[in-house]
Amino acid sequence: MIAYAIGFTAACFAFGLLMNLWRVVKGPEVSDRILALDTMVINVIALLILLGLGLGTAIFFEVAMLFALVGFVSTVAYCRFLLRGDIIE
Amino acid sequence: MPADLLSPDLPDWAEYAVALILVIGGLFALVGSWGLIRLPDAMTRLHAPTKATTVGIGAVLIASMLLTYVKEGRLSVHELLITLFLVLTAPITALFIAKVHLHLRQDRGALPAPKSGKGWAGYTADGPVRAARLTRTRADTSD
Repeated sequence: MIAYAIGFTAACFAFGLLMNLWRVVKGPEVSDRILALDTMVINVIALLILLGLGLGTAIFFEVAMLFALVGFVSTVAYCRFLLRGDIIE
Repeated sequence: MPADLLSPDLPDWAEYAVALILVIGGLFALVGSWGLIRLPDAMTRLHAPTKATTVGIGAVLIASMLLTYVKEGRLSVHELLITLFLVLTAPITALFIAKVHLHLRQDRGALPAPKSGKGWAGYTADGPVRAARLTRTRADTSD
């Protein structure tokens, strides 16, 4: 039962990843692309946690935490670059 | 699929609860990503991923915590950390993306004015670099 639910949820997140990729390609604004990339990072985190659930290990939580940190920092850095023309002033 | 997920030592209610929460989370994530495609302009598109997808991943993390608690009898803190981090950072990224969208648009006069009458904070509260750039360009054009 749980195995099927994990498969269904992973399929949902993977399909969402494809839709985000469509938005990254299509645009039309830079903010749309940043938002789509940020959402892709969140979907990948969910896929990692689902993989950890399916394999029964806890090692993927650290990977998910690192992905969350790097995704947040990269999103904020790109936004600051567009807002200020500089990342570290 | 690994055998320990299909092992019969899990109580029925736990199995159904975890599966239900997982499916709900997956549907929320699907709604969030579909909203990113479906909604008409950038400001409305900001809503779907920052809210629906956050709920989706929160549901997955709750399911993971519940499964760990039922299987091993201990409270897993990893999921709480990830949830806390995501819930803290999602509004910040949404604010930054909205500011980028407002900053880069050309037709600033087309925006509805805020009720305070002081103008939008993203435009009036200039940062040091941007303020210097603005005064420089103003001096260039006035000459």
